[in-house]
Amino acid sequence: MTEKQPSILFRLDPRSGIAPYRQLVDQVRRAVETGRLRGGDQLPSVREVVGQVTINPNTVHRAYRELENRGLAEGRLGLGTFVTENPDVHATEAGNVELIRQLQLWAKRARAAGLLDDDMLELLRQILNRDERVRS
Amino acid sequence: MTTPVIETDGLAKRFGRKWGLRDCTLSVPPGKVAALVGPNGAGKSTLLRMAAGLSRPTSGLIRVLGRVPSANDASLLQRVGYLDQERPLYRGFRVEEMFRFGEGTNPRWNMARAQAYVDQLGISLRDRVNGLSGGQQAQVALTMCLAKQPELLVLDEPAAELDPVAREDLLRLLMREVAEQGTNVVLSTHALGDVGSICDYLIIMTHSRVVLADDLEFVVESHRFLSATSSNAPALPEGVTVIDTRTSSRDVTHLARITLPLGDETWQVAVPTLDEIIMAYLRRGRDSGSSPSPDDSTTANGGVS
Repeated sequence: MTEKQPSILFRLDPRSGIAPYRQLVDQVRRAVETGRLRGGDQLPSVREVVGQVTINPNTVHRAYRELENRGLAEGRLGLGTFVTENPDVHATEAGNVELIRQLQLWAKRARAAGLLDDDMLELLRQILNRDERVRS
Repeated sequence: MTTPVIETDGLAKRFGRKWGLRDCTLSVPPGKVAALVGPNGAGKSTLLRMAAGLSRPTSGLIRVLGRVPSANDASLLQRVGYLDQERPLYRGFRVEEMFRFGEGTNPRWNMARAQAYVDQLGISLRDRVNGLSGGQQAQVALTMCLAKQPELLVLDEPAAELDPVAREDLLRLLMREVAEQGTNVVLSTHALGDVGSICDYLIIMTHSRVVLADDLEFVVESHRFLSATSSNAPALPEGVTVIDTRTSSRDVTHLARITLPLGDETWQVAVPTLDEIIMAYLRRGRDSGSSPSPDDSTTANGGVS
């Protein structure tokens, strides 16, 4: 076979408790952050990913859609999905300067109050776990 | 198309004096890889055999791709590929002889595709079935199913008893088929790890009843662990259905299905893994004995759908 090498090799840990689509999104994001994937690189097709890891094709579609929504990738009709030129991996953070500032302030106060890092993470998790993702 | 691939209403099957399946009502939407999970004897195989037209209901209704399956309805059965653990191959045949047999019995048979599949798997058409490894036999059996170009694949524990590499190869062959042909799949399995990676719809059966059927993603989002100190455990929040409860000397922890946002601050909340959710349902099924009532759970707002 003369298939070209894929730009990224995905891994899947079914025991991690992290949704498979999320694992794919995170792996692309990290590859972009570390420069292993660059703007214009083509992501493997859904067929290729299904050949790499044992995963439901709908999950790969879902991950690619999420990457597009975050501006990390773009679908080109009939060609495939590509990493965006000049992908801004910190776009989310840049848009939330004020939130980050507040969080830093909160972390400082929490530490002064004697909370350990794990306590703070657990608190945040508790709050997030109550959120409103429930389908009505 | 929004016709469910499998739809049942009050479906039941009796073997002599014993019920293999009772009061099974279910609707599997199209475009899914659906996992059917439950203990042995829950009725999974009975349901799948009826879906494949191999067995007739004692009562109730089943529709497959919108039609009632029967051994006489060849045009429907050609659209359904069924495979169980027996892997019906003629041991003395060569692979190409199996394929010619398949071609002779299935008008939709695609010989080029059958050959391409075994070629990718490194199996020769000249190989004899009884000379192949268990994993390769499973692959040939699945290839026989796929070459029929079915719209729906009904697979009863397709990867059972295979070694880890063989099961991975088999499931990947299956996922490639889903990616390329958009085939609907309903498969039973005991391997909970497979459910999370290859399936996007989950059906849990205990005591021949469906206790949960939903999109996999929503299954995780709609379940939470709720913990509190047993001595002053607050009332359960609204919209919470307890599936399983565990207690320590101090604490009580419920795995619960939630239908409303948890506004209550008095319960400690944690997100369960998919395995933990499935295990909770299976454990409840085991503990509730052989005659469960539809709502034997503590429920604040409706039962389990």
